[in-house]
Amino acid sequence: MSHLLEVRDLEVKFALRSGDITAIDGVSFNLDPGERLGIVGESGAGKSVTGFAIINLISKPGYISRGSIYFEGNEISAYSLARMRKIRGNRISMIFQDPMMTLNPVYTIGFQMIETLQAHRNISKTQARAIALDKLKKVYIPSPEKRLSQYPHELSGGMRQRIIIAISLLADPAIIIADEPTTALDVTIQAEIMDLLQELCERDRMGLILITHDLGVVSQVTEKIAVMYAGKIIEYGPTETVVHHPVHPYTIGLIGSIPGSIEPGKDLKQIPGMMPTLTNIPPGCAFNPRCELAADICTKKTPVFEEKQNGIMAACHMK
Amino acid sequence: MFAFIIRRILQAVAVMLVISLVVFAIQKQFGDPVRDLVGERVTPEERQQIADKMGLNDPFLVQYGRFVKNAVTKGDLGRSFLYNKPNLEVIVNHAPATIELVLGTALIIIVLSLPLGVYCALKPRSLLSRFTMSFSTLGVSMPVFLTAILLIYLFAVHWRILPSYGRGETVDLFGNGIWMTGFLTIDGLKHLILPCISLSTLMLPLFIRLIRSEMMEVLETEYIKYAWAKGLSPRRVWLVHAFKNTLLPVITVFGVQIGIMFAFTLLTELVFQWPGMGFMFLEAVNRADLSLLIAYLVVVAALFVVVNTVVDILYGFINPTVRIAGTK
Repeated sequence: MSHLLEVRDLEVKFALRSGDITAIDGVSFNLDPGERLGIVGESGAGKSVTGFAIINLISKPGYISRGSIYFEGNEISAYSLARMRKIRGNRISMIFQDPMMTLNPVYTIGFQMIETLQAHRNISKTQARAIALDKLKKVYIPSPEKRLSQYPHELSGGMRQRIIIAISLLADPAIIIADEPTTALDVTIQAEIMDLLQELCERDRMGLILITHDLGVVSQVTEKIAVMYAGKIIEYGPTETVVHHPVHPYTIGLIGSIPGSIEPGKDLKQIPGMMPTLTNIPPGCAFNPRCELAADICTKKTPVFEEKQNGIMAACHMK
Repeated sequence: MFAFIIRRILQAVAVMLVISLVVFAIQKQFGDPVRDLVGERVTPEERQQIADKMGLNDPFLVQYGRFVKNAVTKGDLGRSFLYNKPNLEVIVNHAPATIELVLGTALIIIVLSLPLGVYCALKPRSLLSRFTMSFSTLGVSMPVFLTAILLIYLFAVHWRILPSYGRGETVDLFGNGIWMTGFLTIDGLKHLILPCISLSTLMLPLFIRLIRSEMMEVLETEYIKYAWAKGLSPRRVWLVHAFKNTLLPVITVFGVQIGIMFAFTLLTELVFQWPGMGFMFLEAVNRADLSLLIAYLVVVAALFVVVNTVVDILYGFINPTVRIAGTK
């Protein structure tokens, strides 16, 4: 049985003058209709690049150097840019991190919504406008009629992110990729936006890939988690299990560092050291210099990504 | 939008008042109208009488007020002894030649710099882009008079296909003898080609480079990446989303540069014996016609302010952020 989205052994490299560096190294996961997957990791772990790779929108000089991506059974990673355009914003939508920067400042909300629909469907402006209004209502925007003729700078950040969510819903996509959708927003608005995304995905059975560094958010919204470290998925499994019984020492450290996971008054746990830069990844397990359990083998051999317990896949020699 | 336009016009008026004050002060400092009028052989008492009659002994601000009032209500900017006509009339007679020269040049700049600048930003490694960029460096570093003489040598002397001086055949645009235009005759257009090209060589490279770098910057922004993520076609992303944002700073610079160009047609007009305001200015300098020089300063300043105000209003139409700031 094929999945809605299947990423197999994805490798992304950036071509630099000093040679290629690997940003994503053999990432695999899949997503079914209505399923919500969280990709978690520190900045630079390769989460965002993974998201952009799916719709082949990696910033230059990055490129997919290995692996394949299947969407509804078709290998979209082999598509030409012209064919890819039919998927972007249509079957797979993206929500970007900073709503202040995402909308074009010189065009109205209505203009930017209608053009998206008209890029994918052969419909009139009036029809497109009606759909845009409908989607604005779905994201609970007050006085949607008025918003269509407003410019981005007339709206608050939270309002803009709602509008971007409405834009991503326009063509009734099968998957929404949300790249840190709440990082740039106030905490109160963060919760509203996450609830909204969850509600919309449940109602229309849309797949959601939520890219974030916030384990708390992921555990509330998603059903599956992939934890990334230095360009690799190091733990992958059902959210419940991963959050309560993590396998990989890095994941254990991440969860231990969330306020609230520990008795009040005690110091939060920290993972010592920093994630290696992409040009300087240590041999063996990339996490070994920071790992409490590290043994000899960890510096020599790359651990295999395999099933460990309770349906969790992880890459660790010691577990 | 209406409030914004009113605001800009009021600002323009304020700027003109300041400029006229400076110009008037200069005139007070350097000129002695009584001597200009009656010469040396008049007794100091008679001079005093004449000065009193002309209001030259009134307080400075009163005189300035009269100067502004005459300029605004009667269009009176003094009289040129060189032409023995009112200054404004002399300038108005010379203005169309300069305005047409600047318009022709602006047209060349717009038509060439927009497509070339955008192309160089989209395909920076292509042969045409590299050629354009190196050629534009050459253009910036060549002085106008050198370019002009080179053009005259090639097209007028060597190949004999274009005229080398003057405006050629002109026709009366409104039938009242004020605006003689070279735009409507083949001969007039032929005469425009070389002066316009040489005047554009300075600004054209600047604009190609400006548009290129602005466009490259815009192409890196998040909203352009988002436009791609929405599945828009390259044409739409480049020409609708990126282009309009590229234009914003370009329009502002364009306004300033066009204003500057009015003042900098001097060399071009001299080389091509172009009977415009720059040419007139040089004559006035040679003959020390101070009154005409002052009037010229006022008119050029006014042109500069008008062009910039129009450009700012245009900018307001394109950039919604400015418009809002203007209405609040």
